[in-house]
Amino acid sequence: MYEFARGPLVWIALLVFAGGCLYRLVWMVRAAKQDKVVIPYMSWKYGLRSLLHWIVPFASRNMRLHPVMTVVTFVFHICLLLTPIFLLAHNVLWQQSWGVSWWSLPSRLADVMTVAVMAGGIFFIGRRLRLPEVRNVTDYSDYLLIAVVLAPFVTGFIASQQWFAYRTMVILHMWTGALMLMAIPFTRLSHMLYFIFTRMYMGSEFGAVRNAKDW
Amino acid sequence: MDDLMETLGAIKTTVAVNSASVGDTWDWETAEKRIADLLEIRGRFAEVHEVTVSADGEKIAAPVKTDDGNFTACVNGEVWPEMFELLWYLKFSPDGKLTALTKSDDQWTIAVDGECWEEKFEYIWNTQFSADGKVIAAQAKREMDYLIVVNGAVWSNIFVSTRGLAVSNDGRKVAAVVQAVPLKEADIFGFLEGTWTLAVNDKKWDRNFINVYRPTISPDGRHVAAEVRLDICEYTVATDGEPWQQRFGCVWEPLFRGNQSLLAPVRVDGNWTLAENGRLIWKGAYNQLWYQRFSPDGSRIAAVVSPAFGKWTIAVDDKLWKKTYNDAVLEPFFSPDGRRVAAIVKDQNRWTIAVDGIPWTETFDMVWNPVFSPDGNDVIAKVNKNGRFTIALNGRAWRRDFEAVWEPVFSPDGTKVLVKAVEDGKYYRRVVPIQELMG
Amino acid sequence: MVEKAGSQAAQAVADPEIETKAKKIRPEQMVKDPGLDETIKRLTPEQIESVIKRVLTKETAARLRVYLDTCVHCGLCAEACHTYLSRDRDPEYSPVAKVKNTLWEIVKRKGKVDGEFLKNASRIAFTECAVCRRCSMYCPFGIDIAYLLIVVRRILNLLYVVPAYLQDTTNSHAVTMNQMWVQEDEWIDTLQWQEEEARMEMAKARIPLDKEGADIMYSVIAPEPKILAQLINYMAQIMTVAGMDWTMPATDGWDNSNMAMYSGDFETMGRVERQHYETAFRLKVKKIVMGECGHAFRGAAYDGPKWLVWKHPPVPLIHAVEFYYDLLKTGTIKIAKKFPEPTTVQDPCNIVRGKGLGKKLRYVMNALCEDFRDVNPRLEHNYCCMAGGGTINCGPPWTRSRMVSNKVKAEQFKATGAKIIVTPCHNCHSGIEQLVSFYKLGMHVKFISEILVECMEVPQHLKV
Ligand code: HEM
Ligand code: HEM
Ligand code: SF4
Ligand code: SF4
Repeated sequence: MYEFARGPLVWIALLVFAGGCLYRLVWMVRAAKQDKVVIPYMSWKYGLRSLLHWIVPFASRNMRLHPVMTVVTFVFHICLLLTPIFLLAHNVLWQQSWGVSWWSLPSRLADVMTVAVMAGGIFFIGRRLRLPEVRNVTDYSDYLLIAVVLAPFVTGFIASQQWFAYRTMVILHMWTGALMLMAIPFTRLSHMLYFIFTRMYMGSEFGAVRNAKDW
Repeated sequence: MDDLMETLGAIKTTVAVNSASVGDTWDWETAEKRIADLLEIRGRFAEVHEVTVSADGEKIAAPVKTDDGNFTACVNGEVWPEMFELLWYLKFSPDGKLTALTKSDDQWTIAVDGECWEEKFEYIWNTQFSADGKVIAAQAKREMDYLIVVNGAVWSNIFVSTRGLAVSNDGRKVAAVVQAVPLKEADIFGFLEGTWTLAVNDKKWDRNFINVYRPTISPDGRHVAAEVRLDICEYTVATDGEPWQQRFGCVWEPLFRGNQSLLAPVRVDGNWTLAENGRLIWKGAYNQLWYQRFSPDGSRIAAVVSPAFGKWTIAVDDKLWKKTYNDAVLEPFFSPDGRRVAAIVKDQNRWTIAVDGIPWTETFDMVWNPVFSPDGNDVIAKVNKNGRFTIALNGRAWRRDFEAVWEPVFSPDGTKVLVKAVEDGKYYRRVVPIQELMG
Repeated sequence: MVEKAGSQAAQAVADPEIETKAKKIRPEQMVKDPGLDETIKRLTPEQIESVIKRVLTKETAARLRVYLDTCVHCGLCAEACHTYLSRDRDPEYSPVAKVKNTLWEIVKRKGKVDGEFLKNASRIAFTECAVCRRCSMYCPFGIDIAYLLIVVRRILNLLYVVPAYLQDTTNSHAVTMNQMWVQEDEWIDTLQWQEEEARMEMAKARIPLDKEGADIMYSVIAPEPKILAQLINYMAQIMTVAGMDWTMPATDGWDNSNMAMYSGDFETMGRVERQHYETAFRLKVKKIVMGECGHAFRGAAYDGPKWLVWKHPPVPLIHAVEFYYDLLKTGTIKIAKKFPEPTTVQDPCNIVRGKGLGKKLRYVMNALCEDFRDVNPRLEHNYCCMAGGGTINCGPPWTRSRMVSNKVKAEQFKATGAKIIVTPCHNCHSGIEQLVSFYKLGMHVKFISEILVECMEVPQHLKV
């Protein structure tokens, strides 16, 4: 079990993730060509201008209107992206498998970041339950999505703390981690792929075509 | 001077003169005629409105308002004897008659060379001519009925509304887009039943359509066609009341090639292509296609197309010109021998002309339609740059420029050009050797 | 049709307090509208499915799919929408909820939806969303929710399930190329009449008709000749003082408005815009100046050209606000005495979010008014008037619902303490007039040209 997860599963997960992302991007470019206006309207200048205003915390009005959400979502996403990449445990595995490794997070910090992701996830769940405008557009799939994202963090964290059944937890962790990776291109988690494009397109339409700001 | 410029600004010839076939009987000998002193005319009247020049350049006319507040037409400095409450829309017929829409005692009619039609109307508008100028038609209204008037005689059919009028070259056919069935206010269901049709020589087509647009008449005057709308988003072309079997997402105005073949741009699955009598004849699927035009012998077809979003060019027999333009490309013109094609093109808000795909290097604030010489070797056009007007020949503006210029015409032998221009407030008709324009 | 039924709606509710007034009305109740009630009876399931399939597979592509896949259902767009804010944060009025109740279902059920569903979708897409695009500035992904609702409108148009008044307006466009069934003779006659009117105020004022080679073609929307003809004579006076070489067409193509764009009849939309630009080509003008209208700007500057595949207008298109700005900034027109009353302004979505004219609008306001009181939020973030996007054209049945949906706008104006609201847009103008009377704001609504004509310096030789 461990061997499979440690070996082929990682490969499968990475391949599905990478291949899936590639597929979705190629599909998007094709569809964009069909949607005649999209590519001609795209502008680097205004696209990047908009992107900048939406990846810097509080640079847009809506972020200022929702300060708690803004802080949580930035912390959540930054930790979500950085933790697995710079985690010592992951680094060691990479080192073993492919002989590459890079700077690792101090384990204390990694723990804190992991907890931050989990806290963020719980905040998102709470938001979905409490805010009527969010609850109204929420169905089971939204919770499932958060669960899929949180699962590797929860299992990884438990494993790293060695609270119980370490080996089982690590196996579970690898499976959930793989699942999450594979889910990215094929679920709404694909927002990771499309964010840059939808944002830049809107920025271009607002800026280059309509001479206005979109933040 | 500003006032004068305003008067001169309106520049109008009644027919587009784009081939060398016109003008056989005109004076091509007299090098220069001073036809009228516009400054002097301006001094004589309280107001002088936009001037109009006849195709042969022999006459210049403008609506004038006298000191006592009445209107009349002033032609080469002479006024029409009759005075009107209002007079506008001065148009020279192709054979040089001057027409105007006139109002007296709250009644409108058309005056031709100063003579009013007997019939009077609540309103009359849109004067149209046959190619020889013998037939003059217009739309009119009387007590809420909409009418068509041809040479002063009113059609017996009256309509709920009319929109658009076409007169055949020989003047024997007059066609009008007419509303045949009244529609209650906001009756969205009655609308879909079809309330519009075409009336040709006072006779309606048998069938009504949701909409009918832009009628066109075959060169021999026997067939009349128009765009018709059959459903919310279903269009086709109808000839003499019979729609094509094929239906399309949209169509643009059809045009006869010869007397039997009718071509129209049609939209299929979001792209435009060209159909002849309902069948698709071009393979190209364009983002846009319109202004299909034919060489004089009908063997070649040119049209304005967009091969990619925001890019415009001309396709000749379904083959694209290499260069595209970002702003616009206007209707293509064939040379008399059908060899060459020229069109107005616009890029970065500068206008010029492209001939066989190659744009002139000089650009202008505005250009008018290109005119080919009879042998097709030269192209001339009226151009506007820095507030002055002149003629450009094969891409180079003439060194002389004017306060106003009308569209130039080649002499039948192609050695001379008729230049109608205003200089120092005076209107001149000049016959200029082509070499002179090159200098 | 720009309807003027605000006063009737106001009489129905006498309570002067904005808060309580909005609360009393339960707009969810379905209003009677033959465009929805009768049209759905004629539909077959096959027809519905095939139209939906056509739109989802042939007429849409990347934007629709990527937007649907990307939306994480976070609800952050809710904050953007004046209907949501005005209805005490009713979650059904958040932008994403409007998509959920229409497109999500349509896609999920693969087009197998029934008449009742479409009727409800029509209510949402046509009367509860003004396609103002404020929400795409609030969605972190920049999802163009207005576009998604226009896709819904397109489907509904092809099935003819469109509020009757709006459909009738589109039918008018299809027949007359203008918005209000204005006949060709009525148009010219009105211009000649307004020229006379202008001459009573100003010597030598003219409306040069169909003048080929003029610098400027001035185009308006059909409500001007139909019900607000004086605006044309104001412009004649402004053009005369500014010494412009201008013209107005004596043929179709004079109307720059486009409700077909909003009802989803893109073929008619394209035809109308083509006519507009072809008229400019025919008249050989260097630019088009258009009157104070926002949606018309959108139609003529973007949506129309886009469908016809011009990336930008083929002839430069100048909105009145920009035109006035240039006249005032260059000193072509000078102000003799400023407008004294406390005045505020409506930022029309389609020229502020649509062209970034907010700053120029403020320059004009400050140049004209002694006591200009700005709104908050403003510029790109201003609230829509809830009359644009074809909503006011859905006619009297929907007026009340629209009024309730724009309580925030009323509050925003009230907070300025102004007496006059300037609206450089016809839809805003009519919508805000209704709002003023519905919420008893005691304000008056004016176009810029009305104030400009009153305040501008008229050279001696033009005085009568
Ligand atoms: C599929 C391949 C993966 C493998 C083989 C793997 C392996 C591991 C291992 C061996 C640990 C260390 C447990 C320990 O400390 O002893 C760990 C921890 C962790 N992993 Fe993964 N992982 C995978 C995917 C992921 C993914 C996709 C994520 C998140 C996006 C993730 C997030 C974490 C986190 C947050 C920790 C715990 C960090 C801490 O608190 O110290 N892992 N992983
Ligand atoms: C770098 C790329 C990414 C960007 C720019 C991005 C951006 C966003 C944005 C703008 C939201 C909307 C709501 C909010 O602000 O929280 C969001 C939500 C979310 N993102 Fe991401 N994201 C990225 C990557 C990811 C990844 C890789 C995951 C997990 C695999 C993820 C998981 C989530 C989840 C679960 C939510 C939903 C929160 C909720 O349910 O309300 N994101 N993301
Ligand atoms: S009304 Fe405006 S803010 Fe509201 S959903 Fe429609 S486009 Fe978005
Ligand atoms: S803000 Fe954007 S991502 Fe969030 S629910 Fe609205 S449309 Fe969807």
